Amino acid sequence: MTSRDAILRRIAAALADVPADESPDDVPVPRDYRRSHTSPGGDLVALFTERVRDYRATVTHAGRAGLAATLAAVLTTRGVRNLALPDGFPSGLIPPGDWQWHREPLDVPSLDALDGTLTLAAAGIAITGTLVLDAGPGQGRRALTLVPDYHLCVIRADQFAADVPDALARLDPSRPLTFISGPSATSDIELDRVEGVHGPRVLDVVIADPSDTPREQP
Amino acid sequence: MTAPTDRGVVWLGSPTFPDAARTALLDTQLRANLKRATTTIRAKRHAAATELDDWEALRDSAAAIKRRTARHLGRYLVQLEQTVTAAGGIVHWAGDAAEANRIVTDLIRETGETEVVKVKSMVTQEIGLNEHLLDAGITAYETDLAELIVQLGDDRPSHILVPAIHRNRTEIRDIFAAEMGRWGRPAPEDLTDDPAELAEAARQHLRHKFLTAKVAVSGANFAVADTGTLVVVESEGNGRMCLTLPETLITVMGVEKVVPTWSDLEVFLQLLPRSATGERMNPYTSTWTGITDGDGPSRFHLVLLDNGRTDTLADTVGREALACIRCSACLNVCPVFERTGGHAYGSVYPGPIGAVLTPQLAGIDRAATLPFASTLCGACYDACPVKIDIPALLAHLRAGVVESERARRRLPTAEAMTMTAAATVLGSPALFDAAQKAGSLGSRAIARDGRIGRLPGPLRGWSATRDTPALPAESFRSWWRKNRDSDR
Ligand code: SF4
Repeated sequence: MTSRDAILRRIAAALADVPADESPDDVPVPRDYRRSHTSPGGDLVALFTERVRDYRATVTHAGRAGLAATLAAVLTTRGVRNLALPDGFPSGLIPPGDWQWHREPLDVPSLDALDGTLTLAAAGIAITGTLVLDAGPGQGRRALTLVPDYHLCVIRADQFAADVPDALARLDPSRPLTFISGPSATSDIELDRVEGVHGPRVLDVVIADPSDTPREQP
Repeated sequence: MTAPTDRGVVWLGSPTFPDAARTALLDTQLRANLKRATTTIRAKRHAAATELDDWEALRDSAAAIKRRTARHLGRYLVQLEQTVTAAGGIVHWAGDAAEANRIVTDLIRETGETEVVKVKSMVTQEIGLNEHLLDAGITAYETDLAELIVQLGDDRPSHILVPAIHRNRTEIRDIFAAEMGRWGRPAPEDLTDDPAELAEAARQHLRHKFLTAKVAVSGANFAVADTGTLVVVESEGNGRMCLTLPETLITVMGVEKVVPTWSDLEVFLQLLPRSATGERMNPYTSTWTGITDGDGPSRFHLVLLDNGRTDTLADTVGREALACIRCSACLNVCPVFERTGGHAYGSVYPGPIGAVLTPQLAGIDRAATLPFASTLCGACYDACPVKIDIPALLAHLRAGVVESERARRRLPTAEAMTMTAAATVLGSPALFDAAQKAGSLGSRAIARDGRIGRLPGPLRGWSATRDTPALPAESFRSWWRKNRDSDR
């Protein structure tokens, strides 16, 4: 007998108390929790901004200055020069200025030599201050937002889900997903949080107005 | 339960819990480290949990999802096998620790590599994978900061989430300074005990390993049956490194980690980070479904491990322990754990959950004192995000231990009768209330200055080393009922 069959047989024997005609749906699962912890009509952008700042990420709202100018200002503050640019990043969003943009193919050593990465996002979660990337256009392979030490992420104001249930419903589980809540951190020393371990040590978020944002280019 | 093959889980040659605890209690440094860390995390967890006014509804839902999964485990595992395979993964089944170690070793050998990077995983601790790989000439590098501290210090983990919780910053600095050079890049000469500097030293030490590793081994927090999606919840980014950069990924998971549907994750991804590190969300959660062309590993193996889980499932009471999502909240709130630390439990699973899981996975004779490593205060149950009634399970297992000892010695002991009665009483709220009322009257009659000293008769052995506070006139449960009701 294979181990697979042996294990399945042991499981069946262990569950002798479960009636043979019971189906999973016969085991009730109450779903009395909230779909969202936001107040109705609440400002998701403001909430996300507050929450992600708790993780010591910075948030900038691209207002009148325009998105490209806002990105340029953030990059200038950080003093980064060499940046990875994922496939499908809208060319109209690339900030004007003295930056070196590195496009795919990028192997691991080349990524390691860069200062940072500029990407879009697939969704945001307001309550938890989370960004989700699904490796879609403008977001890049997972390695792009992992190996370089700095991540600048642009998200449109209409991409925010209020809470975790809503966010999961929007996402496609067949894609590789990365939920990012602040820069990398550890609580391993005396259970106190320290930001900055193996993932990017700095995370900047720029929130764009839906109307003046070019969509990703597939 | 038949005598199991060697399943790992417990550290062979460890002293029993009472002996180990007595030693641990003398270690004032250890107690100070633990007190400091658990006090910090308790406050954070409490704030993060109470922030959600539907916390209890989330717990009820989580417990029910786990109950549904356990009662139909075979069906969900077969479904998971199908969905993972359809997405390009390869599924293996391992009956016990030895088989899992063999499968993983063979898979690594096929790649021709002799080094692997590892994401923190309880299950590979349980099966002793690193030691097994070492014997096979393969070096496994732990990449989680706390696991790294344990590995460099040639130490054992003492906590399921923060394995180096027994170490303070100064001890960690000393370990890094002394040992990093033997494993790879040495620590900087002027390393201080500032946590940020220690984290930076770990980053530098492991960076080259991440960027060049061809094979990674991970555990999994969840596996979604209907989509074939694996989930790893982490903080540092070492998980992302291991899950993304190598060519081959081998994930080992206990069969109980499967959840039915993608939307079930909406419950666990709210409960787990808040219960574990007291954050609204942990820094990184990665999900992957099989393999993705051009992004991440090109080979993905999933090893489904039994190793005592089906035995645990066969106990209709004890199976509740399989619902555990390894958040560690029960450890952090436990007055016994806070004083003895994790090593005293002699198991990779310490604390309240360890006391109920270890004897069930490894066999009760290998951990017979663990079900007694608790005051049954109930703090663990209140903290548990999946509502495992640990005190009731402990009482159930105590009765089992005593039963098996009596069978061996062939005489009923006072302990046996007490524990069987305790199991019955703790299993029923009505009996529990009645017992507390009776106990309150009775204990007042024999207490001096509110404490019960040595008792006569069959309980002398128990009471000789314990001062038991006389039970209060009113139990917490009845006080709560009254006051909560009058609050409304
Ligand atoms: S038993 Fe409950 S509280 Fe303890 S680690 Fe498991 S899930 Fe967390």
